[in-house]
Amino acid sequence: MAWETVIGLEVHLQLATRSKIFSGSATNFGAAPNTQANAVDLAMPGMLPVLNEQAVAFAVKFGLGIGAEIGKRSVFDRKNYFYPDLPKGYQISQFEAPIVGRGVFEITLSDGSTRDIGITRAHLEEDAGKSLHEDFHGLSGIDLNRAGTPLLEIVSEPDIRNAEEAVAYLKALHSLVTYLGISDGNMAEGSMRCDINISLRPQGTETLGTRAEIKNVNSFRFVEKAIQHEFDRQADILDDGGTVVQETRLYDAERDETRPMRSKEVANDYRYFPEPDLLPVVIDDAYIENLRKDLPELPVQKRQRFTEAYGLSTYDAGVLADSRALADYFEAVTKRCGDAKIAANWVQVELLGQLNKSELSIGDSPVSADKLGGLIERILDNSISGKIAKQVFEAMWQGEGSADEIIEARGLKQVSDSGELEALVDEVIASSAAQVQQYLEADEGKRKKLVGYFVGQVMKLSKGQANPKMVNELLAKKLV
Amino acid sequence: MHTLTVAQLMQGLRDKQFSSTEVTQCLLQRIGELDAQYNSFITVDADRALAQARAADQRLEQGQTTPLTGIPVAHKDIFCTEGVRTSCGSRMLDNFAPPYDATVIKQFHDAGAVVLGKTNMDEFAMGSSNESSFYGAVRNPWDTGRVPGGSSGGSAAAVAACLAPAATGTDTGGSIRQPAALCGITGLKPTYGRVSRLGMIAFASSLDQGGPMARSAEDCALLLNAMAGHDPLDSTSAEAPVPNYTEHLGDSLEGLRVGLPREYFSEGLDAATGECIQTALKELEARGATLVDVSLPHTQLTVPTYYIIAPAEASTNLSRFDGVRYGHRCDDPKDLHDLYTRTREEGFGDEVKRRILVGTYALSAGYYDAYYKKAQQVRRLIKQDFTQCFDEVDILAGPTTPGPAFGLGEKSDDPVSMYLEDIYTLAVNLAGLPAMSVPAGFVGGLPVGLQLIGRHFDESRLLNVAHQYQQHTDWHLQRPDSAAGGSN
Repeated sequence: MAWETVIGLEVHLQLATRSKIFSGSATNFGAAPNTQANAVDLAMPGMLPVLNEQAVAFAVKFGLGIGAEIGKRSVFDRKNYFYPDLPKGYQISQFEAPIVGRGVFEITLSDGSTRDIGITRAHLEEDAGKSLHEDFHGLSGIDLNRAGTPLLEIVSEPDIRNAEEAVAYLKALHSLVTYLGISDGNMAEGSMRCDINISLRPQGTETLGTRAEIKNVNSFRFVEKAIQHEFDRQADILDDGGTVVQETRLYDAERDETRPMRSKEVANDYRYFPEPDLLPVVIDDAYIENLRKDLPELPVQKRQRFTEAYGLSTYDAGVLADSRALADYFEAVTKRCGDAKIAANWVQVELLGQLNKSELSIGDSPVSADKLGGLIERILDNSISGKIAKQVFEAMWQGEGSADEIIEARGLKQVSDSGELEALVDEVIASSAAQVQQYLEADEGKRKKLVGYFVGQVMKLSKGQANPKMVNELLAKKLV
Repeated sequence: MHTLTVAQLMQGLRDKQFSSTEVTQCLLQRIGELDAQYNSFITVDADRALAQARAADQRLEQGQTTPLTGIPVAHKDIFCTEGVRTSCGSRMLDNFAPPYDATVIKQFHDAGAVVLGKTNMDEFAMGSSNESSFYGAVRNPWDTGRVPGGSSGGSAAAVAACLAPAATGTDTGGSIRQPAALCGITGLKPTYGRVSRLGMIAFASSLDQGGPMARSAEDCALLLNAMAGHDPLDSTSAEAPVPNYTEHLGDSLEGLRVGLPREYFSEGLDAATGECIQTALKELEARGATLVDVSLPHTQLTVPTYYIIAPAEASTNLSRFDGVRYGHRCDDPKDLHDLYTRTREEGFGDEVKRRILVGTYALSAGYYDAYYKKAQQVRRLIKQDFTQCFDEVDILAGPTTPGPAFGLGEKSDDPVSMYLEDIYTLAVNLAGLPAMSVPAGFVGGLPVGLQLIGRHFDESRLLNVAHQYQQHTDWHLQRPDSAAGGSN
């Protein structure tokens, strides 16, 4: 049978606050175990949570970013379960009254089409610590540095239909939250973690099938593979006339498979109830408007502006607006050189190519936007050819200075002196009697091809520095 | 010296009639001599107390005094004290010395007080008789065969037996007022949020409130001056301004409207206790107050409501005691499950386990709406009862307990009868109101407490009424015979 996949995603997003959501401990990644855990994080007796206002502001910004209803009165609840990396024996989360309500989120697919994905809700909660099961000789180690790190859990509607859409959704989400500056979005460090709810139903039907929840999927690639794998598994079961069991499964990246979590890993009754140590969070319109005022231009708006103001293709605008840093870089280059299309081309091809090769992010680029703009200026004013420009870019990448400095130091300036060029052209014509003969005997159509030979020779002789336009003009004049 | 009130001690220290070291030494000696019969202290650190007293004397000498400089106080063992065992009356925390002070402890320290020691209590403040302590029952100084009340039974007994002029307590359902009544001392449960809960080990977060226990209303006012105030580290602590609680002690009661909730004078109230209360009310009338008959119609629902909400909160507050990071841990756990179950099996006593089970049940899927949610709805009705009364009257008055202290062991096998002991005190916690218990007579040689209940943040009025009452009665000046011996 033909099956339709129905997917809903729960994303746990680490918010980029300096301190934890309910304590003053730092939230830096990679600190020595238990050096960022204070008495509150350790759930010492008598310790109480105090809400980090920054986490609330970040959550509201997210809500505004997706046009969602903001919970004017949101309530923290206790989610109770025992685990050694959960010091209080409960997680402070939001259950009945989340801070962000319904919203909609537009994603763009590879064919350029867009789809709206519904957001059910987003709520604030605290992260747990980490259990370490290796190197403790039969015991487990507990690192509570992460305990109490603020998370925004973003729950989507079951609007996603395949792995491509799921990845597009996550990428768009990643782009949004980094634009908003509410998360570093670093998946490798666990700043964005994803649970996948997935079920199948016969194509063309509306009723939802039984779903499995796949936990712990922490990269775009794994999301794609986990969905593919889970689709195959459920389709096999259903094709054989079986039924899918509602359960929580774990994606094992090493073996590329999902498997059921042990029942012990799944608590079934969290006994949610309102957290009596915290008051409800009451937000007024002034607070929301203040945050709305400070919202940056968001990816969707930026893409649109790039196509309209700069005449870029939807694809180019999409690539450049993907991250705020890249978009800012592109605009800085454009501002310097004055030509958005050439700037877009250089940023996407040369710059991103080099960055990817060196595994660097835009923020770490050794070539600043100003330098790249300076290079493009020299192409535009015919000081250098596009080919030479690539050499200059290489040199800038190696830290040899600005485009002008490199052109000067290496003597790469395009030769546009007509006397100098004429000498070169004459030399080539003199040493290519056979080709000249061939050219003169050829018809107009063939001549166009044959002239390339002479241009090439002149460029070779000039070490690529001859102004190709002028060389062409001179040849046209002399080859008669 | 040991019978002096805090106010008298302050005067004496200022006038150099004695030093803080002398007072502290006297009390430490009395604790050594007499406390075997009461068991009111869990931990006494004499060296630390004397060092603090000597430092206080130096400050007194230099004239750098804060309100309570050199005044010895005892703290309920529920308040975390840096470097000093804080057991909460439980085996679970028998080995626990916190690396921090509770806000209340800091406030007393900043006010210059000396810490005599940590007082006995019902395990995790769960109990009305102080029999559930891991450190053994506390005995009532008026009759050592009887209970002192609970859960702040150690604090009440220590103050009644003149082992300490004053002590801190906490009150979740009557745990300051009921032992104060049964031991013949004055206790104040402030408005919820008036005193910081940071570092006060939680029983039921939405009900817990720390407060003073002393031998007079004036002393309670002096102590509350030190304890009250906003704590940015306790989100439920109130930002309401803190008055000087001694300022209105001397005000006349002329025109005061005192509401008498008729439900607090009905069946279940011991007749002789009722008579003491009537006499006390006449005294208020004589001082110019008007007595008004009022009703708290949901009184019958307070016990079931409380015994859903308090255990529900407690069941999760106590989840942190898992043997992983501090406190008791069972020997040689086989695996995680074994670590949890044996640690908690060994670390908690029966009453605590009973409440964890009740609370877990009340919050369980399928029962939440019928129990916890319903209880919260009833809680709102109970609050409304009070709001309506306070439209008509300034304070409410009635008995603190249905009768005087009962015998040790008398109710330990009957939790429900024990829970009914708190019938007049629970509603105050559910409504978050301030209330006091004031000595108001004796029944068969055992003290009786008059309860005064006020509007939110109207502690000044309660203290004023109690102080005026104490200016014209001497019940609070009576001392138990068992405390007559010992150093003075």
